[in-house]
Amino acid sequence: MKLSLQDVVKRFGAHTVIDRVSLELDDIHCLALIGPSGGGKSTLLRIVVGLEYPSAGGVALNGRPIEYHDEALLRHRRSIGTVFQAFNLFPHLTALRNITLPLEKVHGRTPDEARELAEGTLRRFQLLDHAHKRPAELSGGQRQRVAIARAIAIKPQVVLLDEPTSALDPEMTAEVLELIEEIKREGRDLLLVTHEMGFARRLADRVALLADGRIAELGPPEQIFGAPQSDVTKGFLRRVLRY
Amino acid sequence: MIESWRDLVLAPGGARGEASPPALAKALNILLALLLLIGAVWLSLLKLSYNWNWESVWDHRAELFLGWLMTLGVTGVALVLSTVGGFVLALFQRSFVLPLRYFAKVVVEIVRCSPLLVLILLFWYGFGGVFQVGNEYRYVAGILILTLFESTYISEIMRAGIESVGQTQIESARAIGFTRAQTYRYVIIPQATRQVLPPLVGQLVSLIKDSSLLSYIAIQEFTFSAQQVNSNTYSTLETYLPLAVGYLVLTIPISLWSRWLERRFKYET
Repeated sequence: MKLSLQDVVKRFGAHTVIDRVSLELDDIHCLALIGPSGGGKSTLLRIVVGLEYPSAGGVALNGRPIEYHDEALLRHRRSIGTVFQAFNLFPHLTALRNITLPLEKVHGRTPDEARELAEGTLRRFQLLDHAHKRPAELSGGQRQRVAIARAIAIKPQVVLLDEPTSALDPEMTAEVLELIEEIKREGRDLLLVTHEMGFARRLADRVALLADGRIAELGPPEQIFGAPQSDVTKGFLRRVLRY
Repeated sequence: MIESWRDLVLAPGGARGEASPPALAKALNILLALLLLIGAVWLSLLKLSYNWNWESVWDHRAELFLGWLMTLGVTGVALVLSTVGGFVLALFQRSFVLPLRYFAKVVVEIVRCSPLLVLILLFWYGFGGVFQVGNEYRYVAGILILTLFESTYISEIMRAGIESVGQTQIESARAIGFTRAQTYRYVIIPQATRQVLPPLVGQLVSLIKDSSLLSYIAIQEFTFSAQQVNSNTYSTLETYLPLAVGYLVLTIPISLWSRWLERRFKYET
């Protein structure tokens, strides 16, 4: 994955959430965004996925600049997989239908193709037994795994995950993290906002720490977690790793 | 289970009334309430020594029945039209085209704040008179006025239903790559329907009741027929009691149906 941000700014009214963030990354497979709440991680991810317009600046993913107007963004969003913290799935549809619906309506697959693809993905994730359940009948971990299945059923090159385990208890967190590791192994590039420091350390090949809308530090996980340079990073890690 | 007389007249859980009473106690007490009601009316009429004259009304039964059927027809057509109208108004109210949005908001506000009878008089005698709408359009006009009135209420019901679908669901639909129309079709409408259905069915009760006001512009629905029968026979209670019962036969089952839908959708999430 190639990601380039140039002086990206995002303001909500008078409040600046992202303050001239720039970075150039080439040939990485997993970028983890960490940092304190309200630091701008999720907003930055939402700009990259095309759910939010930047107030200024430019973004390019895999060499292609993202055009920030409705039609281009729709195409852009269709090309990547996205998983949110919670409430990804449509509660009125079964797990299977949640996956086949976008395949049919957005990606033009026939119902048979969509079904085959969806069942294949669910089988691989050991979720086939739950294919005909609605989200309310699934555990939180199962719901997130189905959401991930939906995101990768379209075979995207890049998958964006916004705190995918924040709403889960530790046991369910583990089953979801395992799955994320697996989709990385199969060659998909990840952009991950997370509070799981151990996971970021193990999975990411670059970690960026965002605080107050700026990148406080960017580097390989060994540097960020082993020998942080910036005081902001040191302070943040001291706080989150104390317990 | 009913073990003593207390179980028949007292709600389980006492004043807090947490659980619903056993079916037998419920039926018994509803019957008791009805008997009290009918008994009170009956006794007061006995005191007045009212002379019942059912025969003359019975002779006009066909007229009453035709009026009842007309009420059914008028409400049926108005229901379909005002559901469509309400949906369109609800969409307009959420439109990003501002003239449409404010047009819908202004119409909904004005109509909802006006009495139906005033609208009927204004549109039929007022506008209808000025534009010289022919008498043959009386029924069309009546149905359209009723439709306009109910559409505004239904649009508010639907707007609330659409807004009950969480922002996260819409976000999720956008992330998948659904267009705006697809988001409505596959995400918002199916989820809003379960919110909207019970109050929408409840609104049908209002529609049936409101249609009686069309008698003011001589549309020969149930109320109008009853008034005609009354003026021919001079037997007021004998016409107006069946009139009330004729409406209740329609409205009570629909009202119960609405409550049932509400319970059903509340339990399954």
